[in-house]
Amino acid sequence: MSVRRIARARRSARVGLAAVAAGSLLVACSEVGGWGSGGGGETINVLMVGNPQMQDIAKLTEDSFTKDTGIKVNFTILPENELRDKVTQDIATQAGQYDVATIGAYEVPIWHKNSWLHELSSYAEGDSGFDENDLLEPMVQSLSGADGNLYALPFYGESSFLMYNREVMAEKGIDVPRRPTWHQVADIAAEVDGARPGMKGICLRGLPGWGELGAPLTTMVNTFGGTWFTKDWKAQVNSKEFREATSFYVDLVRKHGEVGAPQAGFTECLKAMSQGKVAMWYDATSAAGSLEDPKTSKVAGKVGYAHAPVEKTNSSGWLWAWAWAMPKTTKKADAASKFMLWASGKDYEKLVGEKLGWSRVPAGKRASTYAVFEYRKASAAFGDIALKSIKQAHPTSPGVQQRPTVGIQFVAVPEFQDLGTKVTEEISAAIAGRTSVDQALENGQKLAEEVARNYQ
Amino acid sequence: MSATMTRPRPLRRREPLVRNHSKTLVGLAAWTVGLFFFAPFAWMVLTSFHSETDAATNPPSIAAQLTLDGYREFFGASTGASPWPALINSATASVLSTLLVLALSIPAAYALSIRPVRKWSDVMFFFLSTKMLPVVAGLLPVYLAAQNLGMLDNIWLLVLLYTTMNLPIAVWMMRSFLAEIPVAILEAAAIDGAGLPTVFRRIIIPMAAPGIAATSLICFIFSWNEMLFAQVLTGVQASTGPVFLTSFVTSQGLFLAKVCAAAVAVSIPVLIAGFAAQDRLVQGLTMGAVK
Repeated sequence: MSVRRIARARRSARVGLAAVAAGSLLVACSEVGGWGSGGGGETINVLMVGNPQMQDIAKLTEDSFTKDTGIKVNFTILPENELRDKVTQDIATQAGQYDVATIGAYEVPIWHKNSWLHELSSYAEGDSGFDENDLLEPMVQSLSGADGNLYALPFYGESSFLMYNREVMAEKGIDVPRRPTWHQVADIAAEVDGARPGMKGICLRGLPGWGELGAPLTTMVNTFGGTWFTKDWKAQVNSKEFREATSFYVDLVRKHGEVGAPQAGFTECLKAMSQGKVAMWYDATSAAGSLEDPKTSKVAGKVGYAHAPVEKTNSSGWLWAWAWAMPKTTKKADAASKFMLWASGKDYEKLVGEKLGWSRVPAGKRASTYAVFEYRKASAAFGDIALKSIKQAHPTSPGVQQRPTVGIQFVAVPEFQDLGTKVTEEISAAIAGRTSVDQALENGQKLAEEVARNYQ
Repeated sequence: MSATMTRPRPLRRREPLVRNHSKTLVGLAAWTVGLFFFAPFAWMVLTSFHSETDAATNPPSIAAQLTLDGYREFFGASTGASPWPALINSATASVLSTLLVLALSIPAAYALSIRPVRKWSDVMFFFLSTKMLPVVAGLLPVYLAAQNLGMLDNIWLLVLLYTTMNLPIAVWMMRSFLAEIPVAILEAAAIDGAGLPTVFRRIIIPMAAPGIAATSLICFIFSWNEMLFAQVLTGVQASTGPVFLTSFVTSQGLFLAKVCAAAVAVSIPVLIAGFAAQDRLVQGLTMGAVK
């Protein structure tokens, strides 16, 4: 009996010890982790979105940057909205978890105003290899503060343009103008709608969100002569021009737009265009790389490109940049700046071209990129027009009237994120046929007036 | 008379027929409901073996060529980012919090069922009331407290939080399991001279083992799948599997196959735990709180 008890006690002890050992092992593993900050050199934490260009840099950093400088880089990838929340939270609470973060052209002026970002011009000027003068002027403008200094270094930039299926246009005998008007685009969309079974005329984003439907719609509003706010902060959402542009957009999508338009964002339109489900698509210039990739696109090599359609302005393409910013909370500014200068530099572009292919170069920020023979060859179909679109963009004056703040497809104030999303929810409902454009814009005007009151 | 004698026969014959029909109908309904719940998971598994282009096809193509590209991406083919640290963090937080929950909930359940403390029903209600506050309402205070204590991005914070989050439900479950144990057995053990530790070790825990298995599995699943706190309170070092999973979502480019592969891979530990505890789990779920 006592022997059995002893055996049981031993068994229980073994089970207990095993549980404790397993727990200790897990903790040990989690503390060592894969991120291990050991290794002797300095370690920086970089927070970024998971766009393909960012995935490339995550892959290339260790064998290049870390090898050369001894600085280890821990990448954390989050979706765009979660990243914004995370960086805002990190900076606002002074937690200082991240040394570098990718932020967009929308955040730079706002976060600079909040004194959240390190000034970067001094780092750029101090690095002779960086060549700040090579950066495209609209990029510099959109990433600079009121003091003229850079507060983020561009990683890649984009404008917007019209992409169309050349085969379909040829079958229909349509010659798409290099600089079309929106009315011409609507006429073409009507002609090519149904050109092939299940094919629609055009893909335009209908998914609510200031960065989704809000982006192409605002460029259309700009070129139709409208604006969200006048220079002295008077809301203009129910103005004649805003209404005209929105009605045009909604009518075009409802008549000739993609299937499931109220839920279609960039990704859905990319799918539709690359699968040959739509004949045209107006969206970011950065989409061209995916459309020209035969691995993911059935229309690779068959896509034509035209400037963003206009009405009352000479150009209407948007401007966006994903850029590296350094929160003021970082304690490793030197190491962080070294990484940022490397990631935004010419040598990194060359590295990507040589290691991963020239079509994957994070372009749209430097004039010199478009002079590289290999890149010109890889982007022959769209490179020139993408560069011109970026150069023509006017972040401070995108329409026919003066603006209260910087931004083409957005208004660079913190409230715009909420305002743009709410108004586009109303317009998306109009696309779905659940409300009228007039009603949507009347509701939008009230919201915009509330925002305007903060600045009057 | 003869009529009364002949009547029961057809009745006897029809009864099994009706029963068979109803059994078939119930079986069919059960299969339909089962397939309805299983279909999204099966679709996710199938999509995880498609290329991004095939995954993005509309209407979806079932017969598309299968590939392991999605799983290669999950293991860092594009980014070089290994999923193991995040999975190890998830396992750490889930296993340790579950062990802590059991260590605390079993004695608490004993004090609420077998030897009930005074006003035990009020105590039970108190435990339940802690689940009435929406989790998100506590997020900011928890974040600020963690920041002030220097516990942000620390796996022990998640262990602690998951323990406290799962404790009320575990106490409720364990209480109903322990309430099933006949008091006479415990009294007999006491008469034989068994002390409380012996009663726990040799009677309560073996008899409540199915319930403990069910409670453990539920706590493990809740901890493994928790995302809100993990996303907000962790950063670089203590990030968990569900947070890692979101890193495949991008606003530019296709990601459906990758995300499906990641979701399947992240679900595997829970599936293994579920299968391993299947027998006990069924026993546990039919004897206790959820019967």
